[in-house]
Amino acid sequence: MPVIEVKNLTKIFGKNTKQALKLLEEGATKEEILKKTGCTVGVNRAAFSVEQGEIFVIMGLSGSGKSTLVRLINRLIEPTEGDILIDGEDLAKMDKHQLRQVRREKLSMVFQQFALFPHRSILENAEFGLEIQNMPKEKRKEKAKQALELVGLGNYLQQKPGQLSGGMQQRVGLARALANDPKILLMDEAFSALDPLIRKDMQDELIDLQSSMQKTILFITHDLDEALRLGDRIALMKDGSIVQIGTPEEILVNPANDYVERFVEDVDRSKVLTASHIMKRPETVNIEKHGPRVALERMREEGISSIFVIDGKRKLKGYITADDASEARKKNITSLSEILRTDIPTVSKDTSLQEIFSIIYDSPIPVAVVDNDRLAGIIVRGSVIAALAGNGEVNLDNE
Amino acid sequence: MNDPVLNIIPEIPIAEWIEWLTDKITDVFSFIFNPINTHFGNFMEFMAEDILMNIPPFIFILAIAVLAFFISGKRFGLAIFSIIGLWLIYNQGHWDDLMNTVTLVLLASLLSVLIGIPIGIWMSKSKVANAAITPILDFMQTMPAFVYLIPAVAFFGIGMVPGVFASLIFATPPTVRFTNLGIRQVSKELVEAADAFGSTGAQKLFKVELPMAKPTIMAGINQTVMLALSMVVIASMIGARGLGREVLSALQRAEAGTGFVAGIAIVILAIIMDRITQNFNKKKDD
Repeated sequence: MPVIEVKNLTKIFGKNTKQALKLLEEGATKEEILKKTGCTVGVNRAAFSVEQGEIFVIMGLSGSGKSTLVRLINRLIEPTEGDILIDGEDLAKMDKHQLRQVRREKLSMVFQQFALFPHRSILENAEFGLEIQNMPKEKRKEKAKQALELVGLGNYLQQKPGQLSGGMQQRVGLARALANDPKILLMDEAFSALDPLIRKDMQDELIDLQSSMQKTILFITHDLDEALRLGDRIALMKDGSIVQIGTPEEILVNPANDYVERFVEDVDRSKVLTASHIMKRPETVNIEKHGPRVALERMREEGISSIFVIDGKRKLKGYITADDASEARKKNITSLSEILRTDIPTVSKDTSLQEIFSIIYDSPIPVAVVDNDRLAGIIVRGSVIAALAGNGEVNLDNE
Repeated sequence: MNDPVLNIIPEIPIAEWIEWLTDKITDVFSFIFNPINTHFGNFMEFMAEDILMNIPPFIFILAIAVLAFFISGKRFGLAIFSIIGLWLIYNQGHWDDLMNTVTLVLLASLLSVLIGIPIGIWMSKSKVANAAITPILDFMQTMPAFVYLIPAVAFFGIGMVPGVFASLIFATPPTVRFTNLGIRQVSKELVEAADAFGSTGAQKLFKVELPMAKPTIMAGINQTVMLALSMVVIASMIGARGLGREVLSALQRAEAGTGFVAGIAIVILAIIMDRITQNFNKKKDD
């Protein structure tokens, strides 16, 4: 069972929501509804589900309804229609008391501007969620401390939020959310207010924490790079509707429509694509079977000036050049090992394009992609550049 | 006065209505007003004459100076001013008047705050309350203060208690307004944070909204104290004792010197109270 399941979730702002809802179901656009009823469609029949331990990113530009959507999940904004199932229980139908209970036990939220209480110390901030559950003082202090230590702020318990940098403040925000030990974390543009370097640190840290905590995280962002880094799956929003849901690769490689494609155009592909996306099937010779003559023949067939050498188990041994091979044939050398060169640039399957680029830049031969010493593929300069330009052939089957 | 158009409707007897209403209220609620008058009056007398006036002036001045010193962040300015100012009032033979005035101002302010903060909270939470109470506050503040004296006398007779009543009407609005404003100004994200973690309404109010609104509320309380003090002279017209009565009697006898001395005493008291309540506010800010 999914931890969060959202069905037909709709939010319409304004007075005449019934009429607007009817128009929406008849297929009217956001603009038409605004013109006819004066109502604004915040979220339009959103549907998705999030599994335990998943980071689900909701991405869209400002005004796309992503912040409204996340606030519908914990009913900071009341939905106009639809179901929000948390562990199978419909939050939308709960009374005040039940809702409060779910908010206390299952859902925690991290805010864009941190939303720390300036009159409380760091420790008291982290305690807040437990304090309102009336947990005894000693116990909640202990838990809050643990949460702060988890985010690396164990030494700042008595400071006030105003004394901390932005990045540290958001760690407090994260600790406050984690102190409750909730099942679900709602993160609303949690890192957007931080400067780029700090943001990257925080992303790494979240990924680190997540690998040990296995929370279910709903992460809102307007930054596609961030979405691709963090998301197990990404939902793209536009004008209140979810346009596409998929893994980062699916969204990058097969944008569902023009809107997604335009969005994806801007992304720095060098950080997202890895060696496995652009590698090609290598031409090889087997050191145990073949000699210079075969190697030379293959190079001529393929029109290449060097060829990789493997053994019977596809283990990468090195490469030979066409010049060396023809020298060897003249001298009647029959073993490849005598002309084998081993100074091969190698990368692993998940090396990013960015790193590959700097390696391949001054390498005379293609870069070898190695998986457990075995040659998985090769990368030539052309395919790196093509992939960076966004029109290269990208193969997801290599995953 | 003989304009045929404007005279279509004969004079509306508003004054009679209000008089009738005041009489009715006095009659119907006398069972409340009378005990309030007696007990509260006794209490005020007790506080002024049996407590404040029994404190040796020397000790009183010293205590205020120490309070001023600590509350202004261990600076000497206000403390020295308090010593000299209060001594001057003593020197001019107005000590007992000062104690009466302090009693009046403190009790009026205290009641204003006790009544004003809950109303302010209510206004911040309810659009209807906000829309209904705002014009009443405007009315309370713009109506000339003398006008309140008349029903005050009708309800409570003559003395300190009607003085407190009139001050209350005049001085409560700032506390109400600033409390309302302070809570409305709490950032939306903080309110959302309180809600998102599952706060009850009371938890949100006491753990987040009121602490965040405190500086604003304190500014309102400071205003309330100052307005209560400004009512001192007016309240003396209905028999409230204190510095105000000295000013009033100097006016009636055209004694410029006596009037000035009593006036200066009020100014000194105003400055001390203002600085102390202001610093109280700043201290909480840190």
